[in-house]
Amino acid sequence: MKILKLPKNKLDFFASVVQQFGEVHAPVEQNGQFAFQPVRRWSEVRLDYNRTILPPKKYFLPPRETLLQYAGDAGYVPVMEGLDKKIVLFGVHACDVYGLNLLDLVFAGAYRDPYYQARRRNAAIIGIECTPDEHCFCRSMRADFVEQGFDLFLFDIGDYYFTLVGTALGDDMVLATGPLFEPVSHQDVEEYKRRSARKREAFRLHVEIRDLPEIFEMEYSSDIWQGLGERCLSCGSCSMVCPTCYCYEVADEVQLGSREGPRARTWDSCLFATHALVAGGENFRKTRPSRVKFRFYHKQRGFVAEYGRPGCVGCGRCIVACPVKIDVVEVLNQLRSVQNVASR
Amino acid sequence: MLPAADVPTYQALFTANPYLPQMARIVRVYKMVKDNHLFTMRFTDSELAQTFQCKPGQFAMVSVPGAGEAPISISSSPSRRGVLEFCVRRVGRVTDALYRLRTNDLVGIRGPYGNGFPVERILGQDLLLVAGGLGMAPLRSLLWYALDNREKFNKVILMYGAKTPADMLFREELVSLVDRVDATCLLTVDADPTGTWKGHIALLPAMFDHVQIDPANTHAAVCGPPVVYKFVLKRLLQLGFSKDRILMSLERRMKCGVGKCGHCSVGYKYTCLHGPIFTYWDAINLPEMV
Ligand SMILES: Cc1cc2nc3c(=O)[nH]c(=O)nc-3n(C[C@H](O)[C@H](O)[C@H](O)COP(=O)(O)OP(=O)(O)OC[C@H]3O[C@@H](n4cnc5c(N)ncnc54)[C@H](O)[C@@H]3O)c2cc1C
Ligand code: SF4
Ligand code: SF4
Ligand code: FES
Repeated sequence: MKILKLPKNKLDFFASVVQQFGEVHAPVEQNGQFAFQPVRRWSEVRLDYNRTILPPKKYFLPPRETLLQYAGDAGYVPVMEGLDKKIVLFGVHACDVYGLNLLDLVFAGAYRDPYYQARRRNAAIIGIECTPDEHCFCRSMRADFVEQGFDLFLFDIGDYYFTLVGTALGDDMVLATGPLFEPVSHQDVEEYKRRSARKREAFRLHVEIRDLPEIFEMEYSSDIWQGLGERCLSCGSCSMVCPTCYCYEVADEVQLGSREGPRARTWDSCLFATHALVAGGENFRKTRPSRVKFRFYHKQRGFVAEYGRPGCVGCGRCIVACPVKIDVVEVLNQLRSVQNVASR
Repeated sequence: MLPAADVPTYQALFTANPYLPQMARIVRVYKMVKDNHLFTMRFTDSELAQTFQCKPGQFAMVSVPGAGEAPISISSSPSRRGVLEFCVRRVGRVTDALYRLRTNDLVGIRGPYGNGFPVERILGQDLLLVAGGLGMAPLRSLLWYALDNREKFNKVILMYGAKTPADMLFREELVSLVDRVDATCLLTVDADPTGTWKGHIALLPAMFDHVQIDPANTHAAVCGPPVVYKFVLKRLLQLGFSKDRILMSLERRMKCGVGKCGHCSVGYKYTCLHGPIFTYWDAINLPEMV
């Protein structure tokens, strides 16, 4: 892998060069929280952010998008406009890169989603190293570091960003800056390793994911779910902010008196009462406990069965977003704890 | 990982954009049973109409422009090319809109989706089909597939029970099978208000008394309302059926049919990819199944 370093005081210059690769989006502050937004002035970019309200998922699976247009006898026509717009996501944390790598698994496969895929192809990702806060447990979910899914990844090593060049596009960005990037020295590598070790120590939350899928099966009828279900409001916030939640609804939107209209998909949540409702009124997850359980179960058991790893990156967003403070780390650790085993 | 090799690759049309339906014309609407009409459809693209292939037990996503999309079992046998038949129950938004369409109107179809019945495993063996009520719809494709490829199967037995003769799906067609020597067709109704029914008048499980079944050499495909599963599964297990020789078709909410939208989850599997046909062994090992 090509490894270089970027002088920190030249970051704004680098960002200006990167614009030629697409519209630059980066985290900016919004009422005390952070959000990925198109960058107007580099000075408002907050690379020291903890987590954005919504993960970068919003760029690839937007909250609402028109898939097809239907028009009388012409039938359905794909709506692909705008999918080729080039963007650069600047300052994506490792957990969110990992989250996109997981979504890639879902939207690829035998039935590739052409909308997601096109947007993904047209987005460059510049990752940035971060410091865990009290809600981060990405290390437990193996998402504190990514080997792939970025074009460039920047690590703070003092006066420089230690830079991993992940793709040919990343390399083009480096080359476009002229002589800005410098080769790394042995000391730089040592500094990288020192900081990497320090980051490892900084995690305050831990979850053991080995045999967790099996524990979910064992604790399928645990009392935990009842208690959580009684607290949960079915607001769906946890799904909306989650980098790996991808459930969506599809509907033909009718314009009155017209035989034309869009077929659109919108974000959905398995916490909503209608998620598993079928015609005739049968609902496979009628109760809140069953729905809360399903969200955790799908991430830690279903996703593992399908894709070989959990569908959670440990970003902590659902913990921050939940109005009744349902905390995934607490839930998983409680499921693991020995006292609970007898509590059915 | 997704079973990439299992997915039909001959329909490039559906691969480029898996969400894009191809238009088909309604060529016939047969009012089989009240609110259970049989729709015969044909792709407007005649090449697609002739080359479309599926396995018995697979389903398609059927679109009515402006109303939306619904998963419907392909009721016609893959052995009969050219048209597709869907036995649709009128229950809500999309199906209602479909019932308002006429012959020659356009619908959208994409598919086929789902695993279908594991026909390869049944070849050369006995096939037992047990249907109750509307459960005949997903089993009909398998029935005709077996009858059209009669030499590839050993015994073929159908047991089908409905409330009354008027509630029996595909009644004329099935009654005409009763006399066939190469298949056993046991049709029964719970009651016959018309007094003209010539078949059995008994509950479905009673049909087991009319045939010899060799559990070690038979696959049983069961479909119907919960009460059918309750009694039929019990009976099959008593007979000594291994749990992976009992096949059932599941319904879940579906919004994509291709493993993306998340709605059809049952336990840790997706009904649209890993189903809709599951073995009884799958069923007892998947939470949320029954
Ligand atoms: C594998 C499979 C095979 C099937 N085979 C058959 C078959 O052969 N024959 C048959 O009759 N049925 C079959 N079904 C059942 C069939 O799919 C449902 O009856 C059908 O989806 C009902 O759709 P509807 O819109 O008419 O009913 P509705 O009840 O109106 O809608 C169905 C679902 O969509 C939701 N919904 C309704 N309107 C909207 C809207 N505007 N936006 C978002 N959601 C909405 C409802 O909440 C409901 O859960 C099958 C189902 C599956 C999964
Ligand atoms: S479940 Fe919670 S912690 Fe895990 S990825 Fe989703 S939002 Fe982040
Ligand atoms: S955010 Fe909390 S209250 Fe809202 S649906 Fe999720 S778990 Fe329930
Ligand atoms: S129907 Fe969308 S995932 Fe199965």
